[in-house]
Amino acid sequence: MHLATYVGLQHTASRTLAGSFRQVADGHADEPDVHSLCHTLARMCDAHVERLAPVAERYGEQHEEEPERLHADGLSDTRSGGVGLLRDLQDLYTLASFVDITWTVLGQAAQGTRDHGLLDVVESCKTDTQRQLKWLDTRIKQAAPQALIASAR
Amino acid sequence: MTDRIADIWGTRTPHEKDTPWPVRVDSHLDSSVTEQDVDRWVQSACVLCSNGCGCDIAVKDGRMVGVRGRATDTVNHGRLGPKGLYGSWQWNRTDRLTRPLVRDAGGNLVETDWDTAMDRIVERSRQLLATDAGALSHGFYTSGQLFLEEYYTLGVIGKAGLGTPHMDGNTRLCTATAAAAMKESFGSDGQPGSYSDIEATDAVFLYGHNMAETQTVLWMRILDRVHGPTPPRIVAVDPRTTPVAEAARATGGVHLAPLPGTNQALMNALVREVIHHGWLDEEYIAAHTLGFDELRSTVGPYTPEHAAEICRVPADDIRRAAEIFGTSERVLSTVLQGFYQSHQATAASCAVNNLHLLRGLLGRPGCGILQMNGQPTAQNNRECGADGDLPAFRNWDNPDHVRELAELWNVDPLTIPHWSPPTHALQIWRYCEQGSIGLLWIAGTNPAVSMPDLPRIRRILQQDSLFTVVQDGFLTETARYADVVLPAALWGEKQGTFTNVDRTVHLSDQAIEPPGEARSDLDIWLDYARRMDFRDRDGAPLVKWSDPEGAFEAWKECTRGRLVDYTGLSYDKLRGGTGIPWPVNEEAPEGTERLYSDAQFATHPDVCETYGHDLLTGGALSEQEYRALRPDGRAFLKAAAYVPPPEGPGEEYPFVLSTGRTVYHFHTRTKTGRSRSLRRAAPGVWVELSAGDAARLAVGEGDVVRVESRRGAMQGPVRIGRGRDGVVFVPFHYGYWDQPGTDGAAPGDAPRAANELTLTEWDPVSKQPMFKTAAVKVTKIADATGPSPAPTTAASAPADPTGVPPTVGGPEADVREQPYAAEPPQPARQPEDSGEQPGSGGATTSATGPKD
Repeated sequence: MHLATYVGLQHTASRTLAGSFRQVADGHADEPDVHSLCHTLARMCDAHVERLAPVAERYGEQHEEEPERLHADGLSDTRSGGVGLLRDLQDLYTLASFVDITWTVLGQAAQGTRDHGLLDVVESCKTDTQRQLKWLDTRIKQAAPQALIASAR
Repeated sequence: MTDRIADIWGTRTPHEKDTPWPVRVDSHLDSSVTEQDVDRWVQSACVLCSNGCGCDIAVKDGRMVGVRGRATDTVNHGRLGPKGLYGSWQWNRTDRLTRPLVRDAGGNLVETDWDTAMDRIVERSRQLLATDAGALSHGFYTSGQLFLEEYYTLGVIGKAGLGTPHMDGNTRLCTATAAAAMKESFGSDGQPGSYSDIEATDAVFLYGHNMAETQTVLWMRILDRVHGPTPPRIVAVDPRTTPVAEAARATGGVHLAPLPGTNQALMNALVREVIHHGWLDEEYIAAHTLGFDELRSTVGPYTPEHAAEICRVPADDIRRAAEIFGTSERVLSTVLQGFYQSHQATAASCAVNNLHLLRGLLGRPGCGILQMNGQPTAQNNRECGADGDLPAFRNWDNPDHVRELAELWNVDPLTIPHWSPPTHALQIWRYCEQGSIGLLWIAGTNPAVSMPDLPRIRRILQQDSLFTVVQDGFLTETARYADVVLPAALWGEKQGTFTNVDRTVHLSDQAIEPPGEARSDLDIWLDYARRMDFRDRDGAPLVKWSDPEGAFEAWKECTRGRLVDYTGLSYDKLRGGTGIPWPVNEEAPEGTERLYSDAQFATHPDVCETYGHDLLTGGALSEQEYRALRPDGRAFLKAAAYVPPPEGPGEEYPFVLSTGRTVYHFHTRTKTGRSRSLRRAAPGVWVELSAGDAARLAVGEGDVVRVESRRGAMQGPVRIGRGRDGVVFVPFHYGYWDQPGTDGAAPGDAPRAANELTLTEWDPVSKQPMFKTAAVKVTKIADATGPSPAPTTAASAPADPTGVPPTVGGPEADVREQPYAAEPPQPARQPEDSGEQPGSGGATTSATGPKD
């Protein structure tokens, strides 16, 4: 059953997203809102990882043999300047979108297997992920004009 | 005669619930003149706090010599506070700026003429506009102390002339959360309540609001109820033992002193208790609100015990406060900086709105909410678009609203910067720091003392990439860093209107000529617009007025049909009687005492000022998401879990710093520091510690301590006060312009500004900076040479008064008080007020409903 693979995938992706939020938080510590909110949102991802743990245990978390086939890469480094911030936020957006649609996939499968426990996890975590996306969207909109038109770097 | 330094609130005129507040006329004249000597009295209103007290200025031989409260004004019924009495004109004829200043070849500020100064600004402005950055290179950082006409004119110049989104005021520091909380809950800025709710209420909740010091006349209004028969119970939420907290004890209320940074946990517990005990107006909730289920589940975990642990207050006190809220027939709530300048500011302020919505306590006598402002004209900055918002509470995310403005101003809608959220003050400073803003125009504010993290602000102001214009009445700390300094006319020297906390609009007429070549802020911006040759789509001048009254008439058109409707007002109508609360229009020709008496809120998607935000992150809802909620006149019960503050106390920095205002000064003392009575009453900074903390640190009254945070340090003598353990309080007024041994701009060897310590961090929704949650450590550096200079009359009173002389003003502080000098003025009442009652589920049409 590939559901176990996807539980494992999301478990890893949530961990990756948490790490990437922390990476951006610390790489852009001069942007106080980015710094503190990315840490808050990273903690939100930690909670998802925790909530997925019993599910993963139940399904016997299976990691894909060729991880690169399904795995979502995290941020390895942060960029600097206005445009750098914009790009890093976009990378977070991409990663959070991946997590978001993976919740959808898991939700569909959870309904198919009538797994109420997993469905509960998916529903509450997906709300959080969408909240993260909403903030990223808002912050990217705010940063975009100044970064692309007026910023020196 | 009363010494109103020693006796801040003056003589009591107690009265019973549901009876009018008696008049007491307060007046204070320069000791060299008597009332008979006064040539004329000129109508105005006080600008030394946000209360907006109507007053008359005494003029003698072309100078201001005194001030008298207006008995006919519904705001103050004749009274004035110490700042108004002793600080409103006394700065007149001191060290004013009288000529423009520019930098010479050696980098020194030298006097010049207006043409030279304005040409330098225009040259720089044009140069920057010609770069790729265009208008995004321009930032404006204004004030909560200019006049409506000035904000609106600047708003048009910035938004339709230049087209920059980088406009904000120091209102971001004082009042942004009031606006944000009302937008989130009710769909639009606009104060629901009225000061007259004090006369009718059974309980007053003051959240982070030391009203006794910050709005002294409003506190007199409460004291006159407290001292009368059937007094209201007071509930105070404040880490210090303020006079408000003392009144809470005296009236059988509660004083809650949560650890700074935990307000949201406390509020969630209060909301939970009210829901848990069923102290609800279920019909009102069903008919007029959205979000009850989510609110109930969010606050579910916040039992009094759980919140008590986070906030470190007794659980029974939380229960008792909730019971007072839940069981009093009428409740009035006021909110200020203890909430606004804290962590989760908007969430906690929305929680106050929630409590009222849950019980349907809105829009009728005694059941008000006063989301306070810190400054006298902050409301107008919010209304007129000189801060991030669009004029007349329009929604920058609503294309129809932008089109309305484009038509009104006859410009291309794309000129109006609505393609990204308005840039808030701290982000403007960040863009300056990064070099993408190259011109920063500062008017009527002193960020080199008032912004958080001063070492950083001074660095930014000194950057070569930044050209700074400072427009002020005095050579402030900030002005000393400027490239061009423009001498501004101040209150009494110019004409204009402004609006207070409870929407009351006052006209302030010109009493005297400005000194030297000083000009009003309005005239300066009109001159800039002319020199820049801003044009509309037909090639006509963009700004079509040339005086205050013309600007006011243009503003009226901008407000037509909006909640903030000024169309029924005129300068003439504002002369002679009382200030008038908006909306004033054909339906309400005498103004409107309370909003939402029909429980129809400004939430319809076509009229709302915002589509709302997630309170935890500030993430914005889209128009589609908002429409799907179908708010259509219902208010939002917005919920948020508590999260810990970004900087809490720890091992290295074990105390929480709270900064604040004190009764004798306003802001950075540019005016009050030039009044002898006020200066003597609170001559220098102090560091307030609890008795327990002082004992643990082995410091005594008057010992000098150094307070350090991760950003900087300041020092001052200790007042052993009556605050809670773990909290250090430092007043934010004191800078360097009058400190010997400094260059008047930066700290020398003895830094004393509270903002040397504070952090650059803000609420995600209102973007208001957190001045009340920095972690600090305290070290003794010298023995006392006497008690600290902290006043003894209010919240900074010593825990042990032995050896501390009481604060007094002496004979030169004599104030004439005339209680019961006239019949009290009648508040603005509308015929329909007697009809529809909230809770009945009826819908009457109003300016807040849908357009069609």
